[in-house]
Amino acid sequence: MAHKTGSLPEMRRSWNLPIWIGFTIVLVALVSYIPIFVKYAATRDVPWVNYLLFAVGLAVLGIGLRRAYRDPQHYVGKTSGTILGALAVLLAGLFALGTVYLTKQIPSAELALHNGQRAPAFNLQTADGKSVALADLLNNHRGAVLIFYRGYW
Amino acid sequence: MNEFQTRNIAVAAISVDSPAESKKLCDAKGYTFPFLSDPKADVIRQYGVLHPKGGPDGHDIARPAEFLVDSAGVIRWANLTDDFRVRARPADVLRAIDKL
Repeated sequence: MAHKTGSLPEMRRSWNLPIWIGFTIVLVALVSYIPIFVKYAATRDVPWVNYLLFAVGLAVLGIGLRRAYRDPQHYVGKTSGTILGALAVLLAGLFALGTVYLTKQIPSAELALHNGQRAPAFNLQTADGKSVALADLLNNHRGAVLIFYRGYW
Repeated sequence: MNEFQTRNIAVAAISVDSPAESKKLCDAKGYTFPFLSDPKADVIRQYGVLHPKGGPDGHDIARPAEFLVDSAGVIRWANLTDDFRVRARPADVLRAIDKL
């Protein structure tokens, strides 16, 4: 039986789930880094899980978007998909920028003291308000590990 | 931490956080080693790990760095990464300690 597109009853267009699923995956890729993957060095130093999630999310979103453009009679999503697609690409780009470039914007390691140099003495307050000097740390110990960190947690 | 204790190595963390801020962090994470407050980043400067205006309000802060100091007060190992997300792995520090 020949179908004439004009004679078909108004078809319910599919919601085109891949667009929404893809975008959700991209959001998960973005927000999961700090609460989850930062905790493990294997996934923090190079956030490969997040990159993977971004890729999968963008691919799924792309599939949905393609369907919307190629078959708009059956699939909604040309507008919403395009907006979400652009947003997803932006988020992926920002994440990549943040993890590849921005977090390297710290002073050169060359400026720090090196092996063989004398560790400068200090006398600083602890969280409990006591005073601790480098000499105190070294007293009766084979050595001390000093961990400098950013602060502002 | 036990690994450091069995090797008789003291550990201390240093940042520009105030004692009150450090206390919150310590209590939250259950750290048992001292957290030292260097609010003006004076010590941070002396160790060459200043990150000028690197803090959220443009405050001077430290860039992440670890130093192993021997009992004579000499630096025997310094670990600085190029990326503030990357930290020293415990195994690296322990290896350096065992070479003291």
